[in-house]
Amino acid sequence: MARKITLPLTEELAKTLHAGDEVLVSGIIYTSRDAGHKRMCETLARGEELPFDPKDATIYYVGPTPAKPGQVIGSAGPTTSGRMDAYAPTMMSVGARGMIGKGARLPEVVDAMKKHSGVYFGAIGGAGALLAKCIKTCELIAYEDLGAEALRKLYIEDMPLVVIIDSEGNNLYEEGRKAYLDSRK
Amino acid sequence: MREINVQQITDVVERLCIEANTYLPSDVKCAIKTCRACEDGEIAKGVLDNIIENFEIADSENVPICQDTGMACVFLEIGQDVHLVGGDLTDAINEGVRRGYTNGYLRKSVVADPVRRGNTGDNTPAMIYTEIVPGENLKITLGPKGFGSENMSAIRMFKPSAGLQGIKDFIIETVEAAGPNPCPPIVIGVGIGGTFDKAALLAKKAIMRPLDTHNPDPYYAELEDEMLEKVNQLGIGPQGFGGKTTAIGLNIETLPTHIAGMPCAININCHVTRHKTEVI
Repeated sequence: MARKITLPLTEELAKTLHAGDEVLVSGIIYTSRDAGHKRMCETLARGEELPFDPKDATIYYVGPTPAKPGQVIGSAGPTTSGRMDAYAPTMMSVGARGMIGKGARLPEVVDAMKKHSGVYFGAIGGAGALLAKCIKTCELIAYEDLGAEALRKLYIEDMPLVVIIDSEGNNLYEEGRKAYLDSRK
Repeated sequence: MREINVQQITDVVERLCIEANTYLPSDVKCAIKTCRACEDGEIAKGVLDNIIENFEIADSENVPICQDTGMACVFLEIGQDVHLVGGDLTDAINEGVRRGYTNGYLRKSVVADPVRRGNTGDNTPAMIYTEIVPGENLKITLGPKGFGSENMSAIRMFKPSAGLQGIKDFIIETVEAAGPNPCPPIVIGVGIGGTFDKAALLAKKAIMRPLDTHNPDPYYAELEDEMLEKVNQLGIGPQGFGGKTTAIGLNIETLPTHIAGMPCAININCHVTRHKTEVI
């Protein structure tokens, strides 16, 4: 049975989440992927403020399809998180401890997660039509020129996610596979 | 000699871009459902249920199955008795892609330069593959290709002494290295033989071939089944969370090659393996 949680992702909340937990997430999240992350980290390097308050924020690695008339957003599944590994520790250092994506992360990212109580959630890659149904509002807040990669603020309700890596560094990709293979012995 | 106006190609490409991105082919749907029935991992069953629900939503609501609506790979088999009139073929295909991705509310995922980047804004240019065949028909297959999976593909120039075992190991090694990144369950296209470039093209053609077909050569047909089974013993499972269903299909295509070599390319695709064909 999936547990319901509500963002922001405070340190207390983060510490209650464990790799393998299935969760239904509600609250505010921000979208960003390759080009947006590059720009945000350049902004921080110049000592300037981000277009949103990163404290306890969660970033969804997604570049949605354009919304059709009447839609809040187009299809919106996760992109491969590893491409954001170069930026994720910086984002966590300013407070953005939640990440939603898919795929493996580098040890540097896991170390930063342990340090800042970060949580890496997995959304089902390739389930963009299903995930879009959990997105109730979508507001473009910066980097409009990046098109699908623009920075958007979303309000989500009961988005089905799985904790892949928790704040202690436990990793579902390793543990889930091992548990499955052990069960077959 | 039969004349075909390239404007007709534009119209077909526009329609195929939208339909391929919205309706998952029946062979792929069937393979996913078959794997769901055989799956014995607990989280895995739930993931496969969500994947099935997702393509059903795309079907009924006419929305893209996945937000990565891909680069438009366009395969043309042009009958040698066809005369194309009314304009430039490449322009006509790109105009079809432009219209399909704009009118179909599909994501524009193409940058103009691989290093300097810069989105082209209309998902052009298409990746176009032409082949001249006998006859007076024009067959167009459109396969939108996402890059989460494309990025996990690999090619290797084997020494012939590596033999069949070398290829088997390479398949396992590539799927293992891909892990959760290409949105498993995946489709694996294997191209063996030809030259460096032809092996890669064979691998891409292999992922476009329906999953309910086998290589016509029994030797490779058996290898397809054997390697699919081996891949599904790795335990990576749907989304990499652990389970039986790491791949829903594995197709092999081959060509003759040089006495000194044995090229092998592996093109990885996700469970949203899209292809749609129309004959003009």
